[in-house]
Amino acid sequence: MKILVPVKQVPDTATQVKIGADPKGIDTAGITWIVSPYDEYALEEALRIKEKQGQGEVVAVTVGPERAKEALRSCLAMGADRALHLSDPAWENADSLTVARALAAVIKQEAPPLVLFGRQAIDDDMGAMPAQVADLLGWPCASWIMEETISEDGKSVRAGRQVEGALEIFTIPLPCVLSAQKGLNEPRYPTLKGIMGAKKKEIKDVKAADLGLAADGAQLLVVALEALPPRPPGRIIPGEPAEAVKELVRSLREDAKAI
Amino acid sequence: MQIELSEEQQMIQALAREFAEKEVKPVAALLDAEARFPHETVKRMGELGLMGIAVPEAYGGSGADTVAYVLALEEIAKACASHAVIMSVNNSLYCDPVLKYGTDEQRKKFLAPFASGQQIGCFALTEPQAGSDATNQHTLAVRDGDGYVLNGRKVFVTNGREAAVALVFAQTDPAKAHRGISAFLIERGTPGFLVPKVEDKLGIRASDTAEFVFEECRVRAANRLGEEGMGFKIAMGTLDGGRIGIAAQALGIAAGAFDLSVAYAKERKSFGVPIAQHQMVQWMLADMATAIEAARLLIWRAAALKDAGRPFGPEASMAKLFASEMAMKATTDAIQVHGGYGYIKEYQVERYFRDAKITQIYEGTSQIQKLIIARHVLGAR
Amino acid sequence: MASAFWCIVEDDRAGRPKKVTGEVLGEAARLARQLGGQAEAVWLTDKATDEGLKQLAEWGAARVWLLENPALAPYRGEVWTPALAELATQHGVQAIFGAVTARQRELLARLAARIGVGLSADSVAFSLQDGKLVATRPVYAGKLLSKVTWSKPPWLATLRPNVFRLEDPKTGATPQVERPAVAIPQGTMTLAERKEEASTGLPELAEADIVVSGGRGMKGPENFAILEELAKVVGAAVGASRAAVDAGWRPHRFQIGQTGRTISPKLYLGFGISGAIQHLAGMRTSKIIVAVNKDPEAPIFKVADFGIVGDLFEVAPLLTQEFKRLLEK
Repeated sequence: MKILVPVKQVPDTATQVKIGADPKGIDTAGITWIVSPYDEYALEEALRIKEKQGQGEVVAVTVGPERAKEALRSCLAMGADRALHLSDPAWENADSLTVARALAAVIKQEAPPLVLFGRQAIDDDMGAMPAQVADLLGWPCASWIMEETISEDGKSVRAGRQVEGALEIFTIPLPCVLSAQKGLNEPRYPTLKGIMGAKKKEIKDVKAADLGLAADGAQLLVVALEALPPRPPGRIIPGEPAEAVKELVRSLREDAKAI
Repeated sequence: MQIELSEEQQMIQALAREFAEKEVKPVAALLDAEARFPHETVKRMGELGLMGIAVPEAYGGSGADTVAYVLALEEIAKACASHAVIMSVNNSLYCDPVLKYGTDEQRKKFLAPFASGQQIGCFALTEPQAGSDATNQHTLAVRDGDGYVLNGRKVFVTNGREAAVALVFAQTDPAKAHRGISAFLIERGTPGFLVPKVEDKLGIRASDTAEFVFEECRVRAANRLGEEGMGFKIAMGTLDGGRIGIAAQALGIAAGAFDLSVAYAKERKSFGVPIAQHQMVQWMLADMATAIEAARLLIWRAAALKDAGRPFGPEASMAKLFASEMAMKATTDAIQVHGGYGYIKEYQVERYFRDAKITQIYEGTSQIQKLIIARHVLGAR
Repeated sequence: MASAFWCIVEDDRAGRPKKVTGEVLGEAARLARQLGGQAEAVWLTDKATDEGLKQLAEWGAARVWLLENPALAPYRGEVWTPALAELATQHGVQAIFGAVTARQRELLARLAARIGVGLSADSVAFSLQDGKLVATRPVYAGKLLSKVTWSKPPWLATLRPNVFRLEDPKTGATPQVERPAVAIPQGTMTLAERKEEASTGLPELAEADIVVSGGRGMKGPENFAILEELAKVVGAAVGASRAAVDAGWRPHRFQIGQTGRTISPKLYLGFGISGAIQHLAGMRTSKIIVAVNKDPEAPIFKVADFGIVGDLFEVAPLLTQEFKRLLEK
């Protein structure tokens, strides 16, 4: 079975992100870029499906600038068979919907029965992409899945989505979109062999025109990024534990009115 | 001149860093305290391809190069020097000579399972009376029909207890002195191959260091690596490569201690400010950073020469000499930055200090490295 | 209706709207008033109740659009989206708001794609500038805030629970209920099983007013009982840092931070949590932060309103007792 895994290159979680000279974006100097962690769960799951079925193809795809190729290379090193790099001035600073349209168009061309996303990219934290792509394709979608099994006949998937207080397990006909939640699996490390083999695998460049897409304007516009308002300085409560706790509870009650 | 790592080298470095950070670092202190061999993590290192980095894929290796090897080794050593030496011995002192001198049949049997990390190998050269003076081999291998019979002792064999196969050096023709030394691949379990003792050590305590005894130990001629009398050449050539590995291990030890020191200096306060703001601490950190970078460049250069198929022996010796002396100094200073806490096991930096010491000794002491370098500069080779 | 702000109802699957819907209605009403409009509720359900409808009116819904159909339960995006899109297109609304919940975060994203407009997910503040809505939403897991606006209405947004105020209840208000005729597709995905999580008897993490959270300093899964004890007394949810989750001490759904939940409770109490940047990102919008840690240099003290430097195994039980004493009064 062919499985498409859209990924996004994002700053490492330990990055202290700073606002850039153009306040609509961040300062990218010195950033270590990684594949968004949730996308790694998606890729791992796709690789496991392929291994279980003993056949198939896992295709990683990203929309992003030139450096995003590194993210695709990581996916290839982990075991993806080939990659698509959607890179075009039309997609610079694109909003979710523009990216979703690009992904939907490339998915139509590739026609995989399953698209596995990470639940969200940890940069803009929008988390809209899987559902938006599903809707543009007219496919069903299960978000934040914690488990999945492809049916024997390869025509449907049983997937458990995480909702408040429960796991809802659906039978979903293919093609469909799934988005991976942490806990779905433990992603593998790439092996050295995988890394050395990655350069032999194809990364195909795709332009907007290849997908028949015109540049339409963003629907959601970033006005500016802002730093968080500083928190007022806190107070370390001194003294023996018993006294400190008494004082803490009094402060929470009387000063902060938090309880 | 360009010093730029390839994309693959960077990815291998990143992989080793992540693996070391997540899976090796958390267990390092306990393994050290219990002097316990890390079977689990070494197995994982094998699966990832860290045990035969520069061995071609056809022989079970990863098909990368020596530069990738030292990058990975530095990262592993940053977390745990014991893991690093286990990895270094398997890569440099075992896989490398079997690849270089083995027949195709030997490579299949004695290389593939080792390069892929399913088994580990070791290198047995040193004898009780022959450390730095490796020409003085007393272990005898006497030709007997289609094989040899070995008698003798080997000491300080890293990976000795855990190895499935040992690369053993023995005298096949004592009359020819070191030109009469031959190399043998001897499987554990071969009758007469005994491992009577595992040493209790100052550092690299999670790696095992064993003593071997050979008593009427019969090995087939098919187990001889290279021609009769080539043993000394194999040993010396192998150690040249090994020294790059030990240099990278020393570098990693220093870099690990340095990272701990920087973090501590930013956190620890004295006289009302973090100690990192005191000039005397800054000087120590600046010296450490500079020496670490210098060692790294020496190591990368030696590794790149080896990858290019050019002579690299003196460069490997310089890298090993500089990196191991530097590691001892850097870890000493790292304890100093930590003050009294540096002397306490909880703060881990003392482990780096203990681990650093061996890098000045094994695979040629600092004194031997100086001898090699001096011979090279005086043109006396 | 011009300047109608629609609010999608989040219910308990038994005909009662959840409190977060009140928060969404409250914010929508405040914004709509400035534009001379009103907040309205849109309820997609298999079964509404009279008291549920009344509740929506009391929370400020000037009108309730009720789509009641068995095919609407359980929530499926492929069923809800076309129905809601048809209704929205018929009525030309100004904005459609939802709550950050499992179903609505997906629903609003699908809806935005279907009608071709922007979505501000996980919004924490709104303002109107020259008659245009500007939303504030945390990005990079809350390390920065992003201000966004829409190129055209309807303005779609999801609102983070526990951030927005309820309006003063319009006690006794009667709901004006509309039951529009909208095609409800049957859908292709079918629910096979619903596995309820073992109830902790404590509130849901994202909705709780008080969150008690433990990190690496808890030293083991068994010690979380100490925090549960405390949580029970004050009615708090129990969360965990990534270190505690990765160590396997708590299931992932309890993780707070960059690869877990982002929470904004009124009171957050962190025990044995150092305050890695990834964790701070998930809780620093809490109103009051209390930190208990042995290490006086732990970064969490930099964001804490109150800190106790000490052993959590000593402090937490004392705190439980002290809260108990206070609440018994």
